[in-house]
Amino acid sequence: MSALRIYVEGVGLWSPQLADFAALQSLLGGTTPAPPPGRPAAATLPPNERRRAPESVLLAIEVAGQAVAMSGREAATLACVFASSHGDQPITDYMCATLALAPAELSPIRFHNSVHNAPVGYWTIATGCHAPSTAVAAQRASFGAGLLEAASQVLTDQRAVLLVCSDTAGSGPLGEVTDCHQPFGCALVLTSERSSATLARLDLQLTPAHPDSALDEPLAGWRAGNPSAASLPLLAMLTRARGRCQLAAAATLGLQIDMEKVA
Amino acid sequence: MPDVMTPLAITAYTATSAIGQGRAAHLDALRATRSGLRPNDFSGAPLACWIGRVDGAEDVVLPAALGVWACRNNQLAWLALHQDGFLERVQAACARYGAARIAVLLGTSTASIGATEEAYRRLDVDGGFADDMLRPAIHAPHSLAAFVATALGLEGPCLTVSTACSSSAKVFANAERMIRLGLIDAAVVGGVDTLCDSVLFGFNALELVSPTPCRPFDAARDGISIGEAAGFALLERIETAPDAPQLLGYGEASDAHHMSTPHPDGLGAELALRDALARAGLDAPQVDYINLHGTASQKNDEVEAALVGRAFPARTRASSTKGFTGHTLGAAGIVEATIALLAIEHGLIPGNLGGDTPDPVCGASFAWRNEQQRVDVALSNSFGFGGNNACLAFARAGFAA
Repeated sequence: MSALRIYVEGVGLWSPQLADFAALQSLLGGTTPAPPPGRPAAATLPPNERRRAPESVLLAIEVAGQAVAMSGREAATLACVFASSHGDQPITDYMCATLALAPAELSPIRFHNSVHNAPVGYWTIATGCHAPSTAVAAQRASFGAGLLEAASQVLTDQRAVLLVCSDTAGSGPLGEVTDCHQPFGCALVLTSERSSATLARLDLQLTPAHPDSALDEPLAGWRAGNPSAASLPLLAMLTRARGRCQLAAAATLGLQIDMEKVA
Repeated sequence: MPDVMTPLAITAYTATSAIGQGRAAHLDALRATRSGLRPNDFSGAPLACWIGRVDGAEDVVLPAALGVWACRNNQLAWLALHQDGFLERVQAACARYGAARIAVLLGTSTASIGATEEAYRRLDVDGGFADDMLRPAIHAPHSLAAFVATALGLEGPCLTVSTACSSSAKVFANAERMIRLGLIDAAVVGGVDTLCDSVLFGFNALELVSPTPCRPFDAARDGISIGEAAGFALLERIETAPDAPQLLGYGEASDAHHMSTPHPDGLGAELALRDALARAGLDAPQVDYINLHGTASQKNDEVEAALVGRAFPARTRASSTKGFTGHTLGAAGIVEATIALLAIEHGLIPGNLGGDTPDPVCGASFAWRNEQQRVDVALSNSFGFGGNNACLAFARAGFAA
């Protein structure tokens, strides 16, 4: 297999410590950025949807909106791959608790927001996007597996793809099992050809194993606290637009990523 | 429009649902017009509806080495993997290509959330999960695909697609992309969803569940009957198996309309259909049979019947088989792909069970009763919440568009 070559045109990022990709650049440059407000703004959503939307939707749409804005592309033209290891954990916690006590009282709105593709559904509705959209999961390899799927779409259909990977913090008894301590979301706009908006070129190769790339604190701690933060080695590399890292693409499969700056 | 794709060989396929375990049982039930629906005897609290339940799923015992994965969803997966010689075909592919060259790409809408529900019903005194439920891997959407990859000993890409009721149709597209790029040589695709309180009470809360057996495309239809099912297919390059039925094309598109109601003009469904026909290199009149999504919900059936009427001539036959299996949600794609492949293999157009008083919106394409005729090309429609649409195109061995 030859390497899959794709290009990055936009990056989105949100966590309780980092409002966006620029905040990660500041942090790695030695400045501590101001933390964002407690709730992702998700400005792409219409105001009424924004008020009602669960946190999983706000987080995914916030980072998606950042990445698409940076790319300068029309959101409606982008195929969408939204990855999440756990989906909306507070809703799963609510549903399981309600079903154990009073199943007939289950909220219809929370049920339809519980589907794994709720964030990408809201995104396509908000942006008028009729392109293919998908929602995927692969436990702690969700980012790497999502990146592989997004790259596959970029290259087989020669089209730009929006990749989002996000997880909220766990809650309730389920939260103790998922061991997910804080929200983290990121997004990339990926393309098959370089353009004036290109930030970096990626060459992806599958590898048998995946020794996770080392990370300095505080990034290593954030990675341990949220499966979507497995993306941090790649995001950190993007701040200097060069380097090599390894991510998990599956339990028994790694993804080696070589990054080059394109002038 | 996308380029015409090189077809893939479907070298093994199987399904297990309320109408039986494996292909022969499905063919038999379809020929005999025998529904698998029964009054709800599953939910944790009473709920007046009909369900498509797989007998014995709760009695399946996984081997000790796989015990950590035990739950209804993975047990049903295990049951289905043992039908139609599927395991043996995967083992042969593994010997031929190597474990790292075969992907596991599976669809599910709720995975093993039934196990998480159970954990909440019997929390320990500290309010946490009981010791026997402290198995993080089954309390996550990836439970099914991770279990199947482990059970089959496969080490290639492993992905869960969870786009509600289109999930296990979309995985055929994932597989085609990975094979075309040379990332893999074969893929196990399919999906599993099992009955659980989340979907029974959830769809009930949305007022989408019928109190009677579902009646797809009937003028008096009043909602879905929820079922459970598992199904798998093995996809390989066409030159390795020229005598196998083919995946000719696939289409995917988004409605961009509403989270739980389809686009009123079927826009996303039609885009997915056009995408599938273009990749397959087909004109609509070449399609012999369409297995419809046909859930028996008011809106879906109205929109889908209109799409069939405007896109296909009467010679293209169409039916929903959810009156047999119930709506198996994330597993519907693979179950109905299996039925489409059975239609090709046996020349059986299954009748649209439950449509006794056809909705006038249904045109001349609808097959209300079983028909016997040669089927070279069959489509399968799968549409999900969030406006997520998929369409698959299959053909008999040797068919060239």
